[in-house]
This record gives sequence, structure tokens and C-alpha cells, in this order.
Amino acid sequence: MRFVNLTLAGVASGSIYAAVALALVLIWRSTRIVNFAQGGMMMVTTFVAYTVGQHGGSYWLALAAALGAGAVLGALAELLVRPVEGGPPLNAVIVTLGLLVFLQAVAGMIFGGTPRSYSPAFSIGGYLIGDTRLLFSPADLFTLLAVVTVTVALAVLFRRTATGLRMRAAAFAPEVARLLGVRVSRTLTLGWALAAVVGALAGVLVAPSIFVGPNTFDAMLVFGFTAAVIGGLDSPSGAVVGGLLLGLALSYVSGYAGSDVVTLGALVVLVVVLMIRPAGLFARRGGRRV
Amino acid sequence: MPILRLTLLRHLGWAVAGLVGLYLLTSNVEPYRDLQIATIAYTAIAAAGLTLLTGTSGQISLGQGAFMAVGAYTTAVLLEHRPEWPLGLVVLLSTVAAAVVGALVGAAAARLRGPYLAGATLAFAVGLPALADYRGLRHVLGGANGLVVAQPPPPLSLGETFPLERWQSWIAGCCLVITLFLLANLQRSRMGRNMRAVRDDEIAAALSGVDVARTQVLAFVVSATCGGLAGALLAVVNGLAAPGAFPLALSLSLLTAVILGGLGSLAGAVYGATVLVLVPGWLNNLAESLGVARNVYANLPLALYGVVLVVVMIGFPHGLQGGVRRVARWLRPDGSARSRDGNASRADVTRVTTVPGTESDSVLRGGPDGD
Repeated sequence: MRFVNLTLAGVASGSIYAAVALALVLIWRSTRIVNFAQGGMMMVTTFVAYTVGQHGGSYWLALAAALGAGAVLGALAELLVRPVEGGPPLNAVIVTLGLLVFLQAVAGMIFGGTPRSYSPAFSIGGYLIGDTRLLFSPADLFTLLAVVTVTVALAVLFRRTATGLRMRAAAFAPEVARLLGVRVSRTLTLGWALAAVVGALAGVLVAPSIFVGPNTFDAMLVFGFTAAVIGGLDSPSGAVVGGLLLGLALSYVSGYAGSDVVTLGALVVLVVVLMIRPAGLFARRGGRRV
Repeated sequence: MPILRLTLLRHLGWAVAGLVGLYLLTSNVEPYRDLQIATIAYTAIAAAGLTLLTGTSGQISLGQGAFMAVGAYTTAVLLEHRPEWPLGLVVLLSTVAAAVVGALVGAAAARLRGPYLAGATLAFAVGLPALADYRGLRHVLGGANGLVVAQPPPPLSLGETFPLERWQSWIAGCCLVITLFLLANLQRSRMGRNMRAVRDDEIAAALSGVDVARTQVLAFVVSATCGGLAGALLAVVNGLAAPGAFPLALSLSLLTAVILGGLGSLAGAVYGATVLVLVPGWLNNLAESLGVARNVYANLPLALYGVVLVVVMIGFPHGLQGGVRRVARWLRPDGSARSRDGNASRADVTRVTTVPGTESDSVLRGGPDGD
């Protein structure tokens, strides 16, 4: 029973990691940048949602505000990193880290360092089966459904719409795309905004269980990155599977070893995956470019 | 002066000058300043290690703060359970402990590149301090409240009224001078050249007979060792080792110090660390006189570091020390005799990388380094 419960909890938290991983993968695909500021961006958007909630807004209004703020923040972040796009990878890493530190500091200035609680949309009491209570609540179900919806929507966007096609073209062959009339930089901005919206959703979904504070999303960034790497950083479906696998693995680590070693567990998973399949479990084989 | 061309003698000269300067400086200031000097010293040690890793060897690490935690906790635990051991031995053992952890992490890190390495060390920095609260270790490491460290008093031979803070600044300062001396020699040694070769072009370095993985692991170990020493000194100076002292922000501020000082420059690491320690104090005073809320001024330095990281990376990729160097070159009449980017020590590496000049597009490659 304990195992079943840990599995259910793992699927619920894994779907959130998958959403964070999706946000990272979308940006990596288009600009070859790992957006380490994602942790800070989802923290800020969740604070926006928190503030709306404090002023009497409903859960759904707060969620919408967070998504909107995410879009704006993502577009602004793209403008910030544009000078280092295509440059040496570490310069871009450092710029996104700078943005992360800055966002954390600004949030600390406004809200202080003490994490605030965030109420979920649905009950967090587990479902009852017979007289045993599962470690899976309506709130978890909502999380799962929301992430699945977003994943499907993204797949439809990329596979079935002209905008999605333009985004893929701008990511994979920017020169050719530009020649064919795609406004590449505008498309990249749109891609970052989209990624940040997914991140913002993940932030609001995870907020009830980790609280909202300037540093509480650091671990989510680590988990999202790990999930993205498991999936190969390049593949949205890989990110989703990676997120679920990581969620399960960490749920067992948390249940059988203790919740304080979860982040180190993620590190172990990350290192093991990178040792065995440096390009992720789902990537096609390819050489390192010289 | 031909004798100054001997690298070792020149570095020894700098070390002696540093020790004399430290003595004069610490003897003429009040205890609070002594404490600041000690803080600058251990921050500079951590930054110098990171500068070797990121600037010279080209590997990024967001985990320097976690190595400091290893050093600090080892010191705290040893001083608690073995109070009769001399402080020097405790600090040495803490440094060794960090080096061992560094070797483990470094062995994994040597296979990772760029953003992957950044992500893995990020996980290390976020995950390690949480171990203190792990239920199997809580009784040893003191949980979230940390461990109180009994601060070793100054020896009686210095007089009974000798201030504790000055003694601490002497310990930390001497450690800093020794660290810088060793790192400066390392940078100019064969190993340092190998590191720069690996940084500039791994494949060319490997073809020239450099063992890339070994060089990268060694750089990681050296950097972790510096972090461990810095952490041990932090525990002694602050009298506390707690998880809250090693947040991700610590690792990121050390990265800021290194970048502010110009990647790869040890002198820059010292400037960067000085800025890192002094700026919060100044902002504090400024904010108090302006009557700004506590939340705001407590976070102002961090906001500033973020801005610095972004602005320096986009605008001034050679950092503060790069600027100083440029002015010095401009003032020196024989500047044209040196190689075009004013960096004679890199000439041997440039030959390996085949296309001189192409490195200047990258901070991590183009940052002037050497002594």
C-alpha cells in the first residue's frame, strides 16, 4: 500500500517536474540556452498569483494573472539574453543566473524571506478507497490534468498550426527561416513567452506543497532540469516522460530514505543518466560537434 | 631586473609583501574591521579556487558554496568532538575532506560540459546543505540550527588583551596568502598550461598529449580544496556552521566575485571578494540613513550581484581586472612588445589552438589570465 501511495504521489509531483522541464526544453530547442532563471521566473509569477489572491481574486483569476505575468516575463527575458544568444554557452548560463539572482532579490525586497502558504484549488485530502486513504487528492488530479492538457496543447501547436511551424523553423534553421519570411527574433520571443507561461502554470500548481518564498523554487529548478536532461533536453515528449520518471524516483527516495535527501537524489539521477546516456534517454545518437 | 623574471621568486616577493601588508593593516584598525578582513580573506580563498576552475580550466561550478559547507561542517564537528586537536590540524583535515568530495564531484563533472555541468553543480549546491537536516545525520550536524563552533582563543604569547578578531584575521589572511601563492604557481606551471589548453580547445589539447579528464578533475579538486579551506575559516571566524549560511545565493555571489574580478585573475578574485564583503555593509549604512525597510536593503546586494552578472557578461566580458590591465598596458611604454592581447603567458596555449584571435569572442576563453 505504501508503495502504491508513493507511486501516486510520484506521478502527481512528476507531472509538475514535467511542466518545468517542458519550459526548459522549449527554450533550449529554440535558443540552445538552459534558462536557469526559470526558477526565479516561476517564483515571481507565483507571487503575482499570491498577490491577486490576497486582494480577493479567485484561484482562477490568480492563475490567469500568473500565466499573463509569465508571458511578459518570458518575452523580457528573451530580450535580455539576446546579446549572448549563439555565443559561448557559459556566457548565456551566467546571464540567466544573474537574472535568477536578481529576481530572487526583488522578491525578497517586496515579500521578505519567509515563505507564504498558498491555498490549492481543490481539496488536498486523499481519495478514499474503501476505508484506506490514498496519497492522491483532487488537487493532485487537477495538477495531472492541467499538465496533460498543456502538453497536448503544445503538441497541437507545434504539429498543426502555422505559428508552431514557424517556431520550429526558426529554431532549427534560423537562416533559412529568415529567408522564407519568418520573423525569427519575434518568433524566439514568442517561444520564450510560451515557455514561461508553462513554467508559471507549474509554479502555481506546486505552490501549495512547497509554499511561496524567494528561494523555495530552487529545488523545482533542479528537478525540472534533471527531468529535462533525462528526456534529452531537446524533446518535449522526453521532458514529460523524464518528469514522470523523476517524480517516481524521488517519491521513493523521499518515502524510503527521507525528504531531506531528495535534491541529492536528483543529483544522483542526473549524474547517472549523464554517465550512461550523455544526450538523455530519448535522444537520437549523435557526435559532439567539434 | 632579471631576478624578478623568476616566477617563484616574484610570487614569494608578493607573498611576503602581502603578509607585511596584512600585519600593518590589521594592527591599525578596530576589531570590527579585523573581522571584515578575515571575512574578505576567506571569501577570497573560495573565489580564488573558483577562478582557477572557471577562468583557467574553463569549467563552471555553481557548487563552491557547498564545498564551503563541507569544510565548515568538518571543522565544526572536529572542534566539538576533538577540542584538544590544534586548530591547524582541524583546518587541514577540513580542507582534505572538501578535496575528497571535490574529487568525487569532479570525476562526474569531467564528463559534463557547459549547461549540463552548471545544472549538476546547481543540484549539488541546493541539495548538500539540506543533508544537515537529514534524520540520520541530524544529531551530528545539528539540523537546521547548525553547530556552534568554539572559537580558538589567540595564544597567550601575544598578550592577554590581544583581540580575538585580529587573531582570526591573521589566521584567515595567512591562509589567503598561502593559497594565492600556491595557486599563482600552479597557474604558471605545466598543470596550469594544461588547464588553459583544455579550456581553449579540448580536442587540440588531447591531441597534444594533455590528459583532458585528469586535468579537469584536478582543477575541480583544487577548487574544492579552496572552498573547504574557506568554509573551515568561515566556521572559525563566525563561530557557527549552519545550513542557512550556504544558500545557492552564496555560490552565485562567489561566481559574481570571480566574474567581477575578471575570470582567471587571482588578483581579480581578491578584488571581487573585497567588493562582495564591503558592499553589503555600505548599502546597509546607506539604507539605514535613508530609512529604507529591512527587506529592501537586506536584498539590495543580491539584486546588485544579479545586475552585475548580466551587465558584465553582456557589456564588459573582461571584468574589473581586465579594465585595470588595459589601463596598465596603455600606460606601459613597452606594451607593444607583448603579444597583441597583452598576455604573454598565453602565447604557448594560443599556438595549440591554431587560430589566434578567435578566442577573444568568449569570456571564458578570452579573459586575460596569468599572475
